[in-house]
Amino acid sequence: MKYLPLIWAGLWRKKARTIFTMLSIVVAFLLFGLLQGINQGFNTVVQNLDVDRLYVTAKTNLTDGLPIAYASRIKAVPGVRQVSYWTYFAGYYQDSRNPIPAFATDPVALFDIYKDLKIKPEYLQAMQRTRTGVLINEQLAAKYRWKLGDRIPLGTSIWTNKDGSNTWNFDVVGTFDSSDLGGGFPGFYLNQSYFDEAAAFGRGTVHYYIVAIDDPAQATAVSQRIDALFVNSANETRTQTESALAQMQLKQIGDINFIVNAIVGAVLFTLLFLTANTMMQSVRERTGELAVLKTLGFSDGKVLSLVLIESLALCAFAAATGIALAATAFPLLKPIFGNFQMPGIVVAMGAGLALLLAFISGFAPAWRARQLNIVDALAGR
Amino acid sequence: MSALVTLRNVTKSYTRGKQKVEVLHGVDLQIESGEFLALMGPSGSGKTTTLNLIAGLDQPTGGEVEVSGNRIDRLARGALADWRARNIGFIFQFYNLLPVLTAEANVEVPLLLTNLSRSERRRRVQIALQLVGLADRAKHKPNELSGGQQQRVAIARAIVADPTLLVCDEPTGDLDRQNAEEIMNLLKALNRTQGKTIVMVTHDPRAAEYASRELHLDKGKLAKEEVRHVA
Repeated sequence: MKYLPLIWAGLWRKKARTIFTMLSIVVAFLLFGLLQGINQGFNTVVQNLDVDRLYVTAKTNLTDGLPIAYASRIKAVPGVRQVSYWTYFAGYYQDSRNPIPAFATDPVALFDIYKDLKIKPEYLQAMQRTRTGVLINEQLAAKYRWKLGDRIPLGTSIWTNKDGSNTWNFDVVGTFDSSDLGGGFPGFYLNQSYFDEAAAFGRGTVHYYIVAIDDPAQATAVSQRIDALFVNSANETRTQTESALAQMQLKQIGDINFIVNAIVGAVLFTLLFLTANTMMQSVRERTGELAVLKTLGFSDGKVLSLVLIESLALCAFAAATGIALAATAFPLLKPIFGNFQMPGIVVAMGAGLALLLAFISGFAPAWRARQLNIVDALAGR
Repeated sequence: MSALVTLRNVTKSYTRGKQKVEVLHGVDLQIESGEFLALMGPSGSGKTTTLNLIAGLDQPTGGEVEVSGNRIDRLARGALADWRARNIGFIFQFYNLLPVLTAEANVEVPLLLTNLSRSERRRRVQIALQLVGLADRAKHKPNELSGGQQQRVAIARAIVADPTLLVCDEPTGDLDRQNAEEIMNLLKALNRTQGKTIVMVTHDPRAAEYASRELHLDKGKLAKEEVRHVA
């Protein structure tokens, strides 16, 4: 601690240069924190997806339907607690540029499976009473200013109703909070029973079965039992855990991990040269001062340590600021990713990278300072 | 008085590029404890090299350098640094203060190498600054001080750790006459009242008059010695 004033003074010898270097590091680590945070957040969300939920789809293609009659047969499989389903409605509001993530479902069973969805019991009861009823999440309700009792005309690019129209009218009977599951979770549900009655075609089919099981350890066995039920039928099934399905869908977007690492790697590599150059310049300008310290009795090792600690202070402070800024930005991303915070692993990785950056960029100038010949340096040679 | 510094047949040569330069040719010298010695001579005569060897900033090519009974020519770099911190106070021509530190922080630097508490370090810094008459300038940075004041701060830094020996390289070389006289009077007072042994390199005959002995070097050898009884 007693050397702090010396280190501090060395750091702020050229204020503008130090501030600009710090800002570069702050921005780089802000980027690192956001990208790696989101990346790790994706992974964490996928890993934390309930393994006691299974998704059953057509083996041929996710979008091929499965008979609704499968529901009772799946529910009869040992280890299955609850079964619900989703039929993709492909809805939009007023204009096809306003897509609505609407699904037909069995709402009671669905909300029993997704315990993280918060809904008042009276809304579920109202949904059971109202054939044309819909439940919407609070985010969607706020966006379109929908409220209880509103009648919403919803267009769909797939389903024609028996009236020959692609516009379906629904009554808002309740709202729910899906924030814990992130902004990507579907937020508009209609009754499958009403959909089946009113659709001009495609009746009696659903796109996904969502299956809650009693024991997560039995996920693989239950999956195999479900698929075995329908093997060699016209509609064979593929049963996966929720996280396996999410990973498959994420891979369709691209290898996010690779992209993030490539960007962060390039930024940090550039930063390394910038910081090393700053430290080298700083030490070169202070050759005489470092020689004076050595003259006064500072050993080679102490001078090396002073320069390295200076580099560490510069990198650590700026990196911590960048990561902290990224962490404060995470709540703003809640509508997209749901309720997740800056993962601890990213903070640890950031600290490790800051240390590495400080050491690599500070070592060459620190070694130069260590090797300084007092007589030559004082003579300006 | 006993010999504080002894140089025996000291030689020093440097290699500059492909050329070997012989700077000192077998210098023998004794400096008594409490002495105020002025080393004089033309440029390139070897006086700064002699000073550097006495102060443990450089190692001789041959011969022996003994200070306070220690053969410092045998010490490794690390041990030599420790020895300098404990035994030598340095005063340079261009003050060589750290520009980003205040006067008191500059004076405190040698004490950072000791185990003294912060409060004790502060106390000693205040005493040193009072001794050089700059207690009221403790919070000023070097660029807020005149040349004479900066050299006083450098003297305070040189004496704050209570070293055995003060080495001064052209301490008045960058000062006007009045400031030079003030600095020399201060050094003389430190020699007389604090008993500090001082070795000073100077070109200035007026500065040399403050010393109790003058040694003239020429072409790497002791050329002339002049002892005077200073009032």
